[in-house]
Amino acid sequence: MQVKDIISTLELNLFGGSQGLNREISGGYTSDLLSDVMGHADSGRVWITLQTHKNVIAIASLKELAAVILIKGFEPDADMLAHAEEEGIPVLGTNEQAFEITGKLFNLLTF
Amino acid sequence: MNKYRADLHIHTVLSPCGNLEMSPANIIKKACEKGLDIIGITDHNSTRHCKLVSKLSELAGIFVLMGAEVTTREEVHCLTFFENDSKLDEFQRYLEKHLPSIPNNTEKFGYQVVVDENEDIIEQIDFLLLSALDQSIEQIEKKVHSLGGIFIPAHIDRPSYSIISQLGFIPDDLLIDGIEISANCKTRSIMPSIGNQLGKSLIRSSDAHYIQDIGKVFTTFDMESRTFSEIKKALHNSMERNVSIA
Repeated sequence: MQVKDIISTLELNLFGGSQGLNREISGGYTSDLLSDVMGHADSGRVWITLQTHKNVIAIASLKELAAVILIKGFEPDADMLAHAEEEGIPVLGTNEQAFEITGKLFNLLTF
Repeated sequence: MNKYRADLHIHTVLSPCGNLEMSPANIIKKACEKGLDIIGITDHNSTRHCKLVSKLSELAGIFVLMGAEVTTREEVHCLTFFENDSKLDEFQRYLEKHLPSIPNNTEKFGYQVVVDENEDIIEQIDFLLLSALDQSIEQIEKKVHSLGGIFIPAHIDRPSYSIISQLGFIPDDLLIDGIEISANCKTRSIMPSIGNQLGKSLIRSSDAHYIQDIGKVFTTFDMESRTFSEIKKALHNSMERNVSIA
């Protein structure tokens, strides 16, 4: 499954980084501690978080994550979005909280 | 040049987690016993005790750096310091504007009290001071520097509430006046996380919440005299001033 495939199913907004919509998804990772993601997320994961700092993209790029989903209606900081465009990492958004969107993505990828 | 011993991260009884013994008068007394020349008063998201500690310190011959330990939106703790009462007051208004109105549960978190010089309680703060401000680390950094203040990410080696735990690494372009490490931190272990901010001064402080912790570790400031601007110069290794840690 690619990033573009989850957008309509999960009713996500696309904030930016659309060059990366063809990235393959290997799974998901839900965490708001960037150090935790840096240490433990595997490549190809979709990262679900409420952090909107530009370091999110630096770490997503370093770990070769597939995309970032911002929860609860959070929007990326301007410099986060600029980095996402540069790096081609899709930044998506949902109004749901981490529990719901994580469950839906899990179901989508597993069943 | 003179060498001054500084512990720049001390909580008072105003912090919910600060022990009741941490009254301004007791803090000064302990700082004297420990041979400290400079102390930083850094309650969580409040500067309300700074002026009293500063006033009481004059007789004791201790220089007080007035500020707060601020919690950013990302839940990063940062030390902030200001040169005088008016700048401190403006920053206090900023803190009050941006701290969410979450009531404190004194049983769970502890009391948040302001005392006078006789240690009588003159006010209890209703809103939890441990909450995060609704401002990003960059927004707070800009506010502090717009007031000519000092901005230092706190205890960056800690596994929670540190810039490293919350943001993974220190952003290259964040304007910081120094980097604080905690009492037992081995400096070598945190070097990789500092990245391009490697030239910044390291300070080590106690983060004292209990009276016996004041001055258990310290930073040495090598500078002309104890003023806000000298401290700032020392942090920036400017004009042959510098800071060092054991």
